[in-house]
Amino acid sequence: MPRKQIHLAAHFPGVNNTTVWSDPASGSHIDFSSFQHFAEAAERAKFDFLFLAEGLRLREQNGLIYDLDVMGRPDTFTVVAALAAVTDRLGLAGTINSTFNEPYEVARQFASLDHLSAGRAAWNVVTSWDAFTGENFRRGGFLPQEKRYSRAKEFLAATFELFDSWQGDEIVADKETGEFWRPAGDFAIRTDQFDLSGRFPVPRSPQGRPVILQAGDSDEGREFAASGADAIFTRHGTLEAGQAFYADVKGRLASYGRDPEDLKILPAATFVLGDTDAEAQEKARHIRYQQVSPATAIKFLEQLWNRDLSDHDPDGPLPTVDPVVGENTIARGRASVRMHRDPIATANEWRALAEAKHLSTREVIIEVTGRQNFIGTPGRIAELLDEFVQADASDGFVLVPHVTPGGLDEFADTVVPLLQERGAFRTEYTGSTLREHLGLKPAPTTSGKDFSSH
Amino acid sequence: MTLHLAVALEGTGWHPASWREPEARPTALFDAGYWTGLVRQAERGLLDLVTVEDTFGIQSTRPSEPDERTDQVRGRLDALLIAARVAPLTSHIGLVPTAIATHTEPFHFSKAIATLDYASRGRAGVRVRVSARPDEFALVGRRVPGTRAELFGEAADWIEVIRRLWDSWEDDAEIRDAATGRFVDRDKLHYIDFSGPQFSVRGPSITPRPPQGQPLVAALAHREVAYELVGSSCDLGFVTPAETADIARIRGEIPGSPLVFGDVVVFLAESAAEAEDRKGRMDSRLGRALVSDASIFVGTPAGLADLVQEWHAAGLDGVRLRPGSVDHDLPQVTRGLVPELQRRGAFRTAYEADTLRGLLGLPLPANRYAAV
Repeated sequence: MPRKQIHLAAHFPGVNNTTVWSDPASGSHIDFSSFQHFAEAAERAKFDFLFLAEGLRLREQNGLIYDLDVMGRPDTFTVVAALAAVTDRLGLAGTINSTFNEPYEVARQFASLDHLSAGRAAWNVVTSWDAFTGENFRRGGFLPQEKRYSRAKEFLAATFELFDSWQGDEIVADKETGEFWRPAGDFAIRTDQFDLSGRFPVPRSPQGRPVILQAGDSDEGREFAASGADAIFTRHGTLEAGQAFYADVKGRLASYGRDPEDLKILPAATFVLGDTDAEAQEKARHIRYQQVSPATAIKFLEQLWNRDLSDHDPDGPLPTVDPVVGENTIARGRASVRMHRDPIATANEWRALAEAKHLSTREVIIEVTGRQNFIGTPGRIAELLDEFVQADASDGFVLVPHVTPGGLDEFADTVVPLLQERGAFRTEYTGSTLREHLGLKPAPTTSGKDFSSH
Repeated sequence: MTLHLAVALEGTGWHPASWREPEARPTALFDAGYWTGLVRQAERGLLDLVTVEDTFGIQSTRPSEPDERTDQVRGRLDALLIAARVAPLTSHIGLVPTAIATHTEPFHFSKAIATLDYASRGRAGVRVRVSARPDEFALVGRRVPGTRAELFGEAADWIEVIRRLWDSWEDDAEIRDAATGRFVDRDKLHYIDFSGPQFSVRGPSITPRPPQGQPLVAALAHREVAYELVGSSCDLGFVTPAETADIARIRGEIPGSPLVFGDVVVFLAESAAEAEDRKGRMDSRLGRALVSDASIFVGTPAGLADLVQEWHAAGLDGVRLRPGSVDHDLPQVTRGLVPELQRRGAFRTAYEADTLRGLLGLPLPANRYAAV
């Protein structure tokens, strides 16, 4: 039996608290040349796709614009379309929000992108609901809890109906007879959230539909992905947690008439390379201190404590007062604060950790805010990644470098050849579309049989 | 006064039967290479800019619903994405996609045009269009529009928002100050706090101020409400004089001092008779003579050069050419009209600036939010 193949994606390190901007190698995260550099490294290494995140309002804390992390990013569709001009095979995945956009417009943009990239478009579907971000948009943004996933589902189903409103054989363009096309594209969508009708203007694109990506560790998110996504992002860092997640999600596919290979599981992975494992460990430690500056440590602390701690000493012990329980008012619109479900219990865990290991506030934050997943020599990392995939803890990884734009170069040049030697990763692209890179079946041409019927 | 030339790209050309011409490539309309090739052709002719046409819905000959015609081009790609796809493969020509202000988010478009400006290193613009078609409202589930004045008022608000958002980051907002751990100076980021009848936008943008500061904003205008929009909100207006004598009147009706280009549909050939034959063949396939909102020129590149110079002398800053059949008439422009104008000393012989504003002689604008 041939070895299970690893799928690799590269997350452009922009607005992200793991991105280190103080490093001398850190360049612009806005200039197109940075995106081009990053995309070219990923394509040289035969990656499946490049991934861009999105956030539609500058983050704030204590009512002030958050100024400690990299901030600012280009428009997703625009930069991805431009990247299609400087790459040939690399998949191009953009995060696009289903709350602050219209299904018609998003479908038109993704179908256009798929044509303009010759079948390399992917859509990471995200949903937000905060009125904070909504202040930048016509629609506002608030959605009651029970409507969030239903809007996302209705939105995605609506776009599928639009993609499928052309079958691909309508354009005849017979100059002799004068027949350009056979009319297509008519749609009428009436759901709880949408009432749309008309004619979709973009002929069926090379992939039919963009590859659908979905992030989600919650039960609802897993179910949503199982019902219609092509790949799911997760955060599971350990082999055991990965295997449990993998088995759970793959097990949900049959009830939607889907096969296990129809949904790829791709955890995010950070990495630090060194000539020896000890050197890599030392570099990793240094990077953690770069990622969590004294000022950043206080901001993280405030996100859990939900109160102003600007006078707190980052090199001193954790605060003795307890977190403010209830609605998080200190960091509105931040996804990270939603992880803190029981702030007092978490605070007590942190205190116990500080006491056991004699840690300062900053050191605690460094401990608890995600250390790097893979640390070691290129050989060691290749071995770990391959083990992870062969043991069905994932189908591959979304790599998250910490430096823009060169953060992928070393991995591409040292780890990828070792994965190729192991027979676990392609040495050349064998297909031309992203769907082919990921080993996915062609997209259905009729809505209703899949996602939208659930 | 420098003469400027633009080309408007629309499908296989502006004649509805152009797709049947021998040179036309109707099946390539949905490929990136088609658009890249056309814009590079225009760039070889040293043109100032291309506009990429767009409509929110599909093309139709009916005023309020899709038609059932099968003998014309139907279907199109998003103009902004075409411009973005072309940007890295061109180096001097301005890229001006169409945006439909009526149905789109100014926040999204502001960052999109800013990003096009980054990807093209300062060559981006946007041509703003209003939609009054009921079938286009239905595409996004909106009720039928209000008055023409309301639609244009909304477009003016839309432009105001995208412009404020472009300025919402001062050029030196990114400081990377290791000593304090601050990546930006938040005092140089600005809420725009726009509030209007159709939308309110808080800001700041998520995208830093683009290379040109303010990318070019343009609109096509046929009469007073639109002239008002051009004069009060745009850097460039496209107008449609039927004859040279109209130009002074039109300029007089546009307030302020934006650049103004005249639109003309062109059918060109080595001889006037051949050009007439070409247009006649397309007209017979259409079943009638072409009707256009803009003036139609049929003749030789030298004849067109006369018209261009006449319009320029009458007070227009430039001309936007709409090729009747793009794969024939665009090369006629770049290999015929442009050399002719150069021979007459009336058009540039090399690009003299790296940005679109630079080509058009517009200064780098001050940031409205920057402390004086």
